[in-house]
Amino acid sequence: MCLAIPMKLVEITGPGVGKVDAGGVRTDVSLAMAPNAVIDDYLIIHAGFAIEVLDKEEAMIRLDLFKELAEATRDEVPD
Amino acid sequence: MKIKTEQQAAGKLSNDINLILHDYDGTMKFMEVCGTHTMAIHSSGVKSLLNKKISLVSGPGCPVCVTEKLFIDQAMFLAEQLGVCLITFGDLIRVPGSNGSLADLRSRGGLVKVVYSPMDSIEIALELAPQPVVFLGIGFETTIPTVAVTVKTAFERKVGNLFILPAFKTIHEPLKILASNKDLTGFLLPGHVSAIIGVDSYSYLADDFKKPGVVAGFDGLDILYALRSLVKMTVSGKPGIENNYKTVVRSEGNIFARKLIDEVFEPADTSWRGLGLIKGSGLAFKAPYDTFDALKRFPMQLPDAPDDPRCKCALILTGTLTPNQCGLFGRECVPENPVGPCMVSSEGTCAAYYKYGGT
Ligand code: SF4
Repeated sequence: MCLAIPMKLVEITGPGVGKVDAGGVRTDVSLAMAPNAVIDDYLIIHAGFAIEVLDKEEAMIRLDLFKELAEATRDEVPD
Repeated sequence: MKIKTEQQAAGKLSNDINLILHDYDGTMKFMEVCGTHTMAIHSSGVKSLLNKKISLVSGPGCPVCVTEKLFIDQAMFLAEQLGVCLITFGDLIRVPGSNGSLADLRSRGGLVKVVYSPMDSIEIALELAPQPVVFLGIGFETTIPTVAVTVKTAFERKVGNLFILPAFKTIHEPLKILASNKDLTGFLLPGHVSAIIGVDSYSYLADDFKKPGVVAGFDGLDILYALRSLVKMTVSGKPGIENNYKTVVRSEGNIFARKLIDEVFEPADTSWRGLGLIKGSGLAFKAPYDTFDALKRFPMQLPDAPDDPRCKCALILTGTLTPNQCGLFGRECVPENPVGPCMVSSEGTCAAYYKYGGT
């Protein structure tokens, strides 16, 4: 039930409220828990609320890490 | 990431785990505390990649599963005897109470509305005023601030006919009880609950209970990576708390969210299916927001609502049993006709085993 999905903030519509892009559809979200969010941030959305702002740098680090792990296997076991 | 890359990374992680465990004699039992992880573990096939010395058990982090039957009975009473309109997250709708589920109530003509966000309750209340409407307040730290904002907004807008039936749960107190269980080696800690409470708040697991904990994301790879950390820490005898979900979770958590919770709620005792009454593991309304408490507004004396004695949910939620050890699993109890909540919730352990054929 704690499912939460990243969506991009595309508009700030008022104090503490904005719109995110949900697969082409603009949906209202509350920014009460993420008051420092700015346009183009990826927000983690749960029950109509942004619970956190996604850290883009950490997201890249994660992808790189998994790429490195994959490469390490390639060295160990030839295709 | 390409599927091939993912498979290779997963292979590497599972090999690493095998290597670390090569000379290790014992077995390890890790608990995934969060229901969303339970689902991810089964759907991603992580279990099939795991060394046989490791077993994974589910924990109490499925709000629908740990909510006691009495709560459903209270909701039904409010609707059937007092004519309130119930508002709920979809997850609760098929959970059996003593006299059927909310879905049954609806087919008998009761008013039950399903919402995506608790904030939607405000418009429903305004539309139906003066008829009382009651939002069924289940959830953990991820969900609780969304209800806090709803209550604060309703208070400011002087919405007088909206009430909340509270069954909120917080994770630390039950986790302490589970951590003292010798059978459990360590914990895969929840992702989005941790986004609110922060990684630092789990330090007691390592300091007091000498058990490792890793906050993890929800991909199969994230979970394998976290398991590798748990295995490493266990073998080296150096338990710690690690954050493997830094894209979303900060050490200190989300202070704005916690402030919202603290404005509206204070810790209270609450009862968990499977764990019983746990001190300080729930939340009660603080003044002036206590006027929103449905239990205060509509005092009820309902009889105890024991679970079907054949249902083993309680033992499954504490990692003692797995679903296939329940005699009803897949026979009398199936998702279309669930006997217990662990088969109802999409993130319930029995539902996950049923869907993905877990062992
Ligand atoms: S299979 Fe059904 S009856 Fe058995 S423990 Fe799970 S929910 Fe309860």
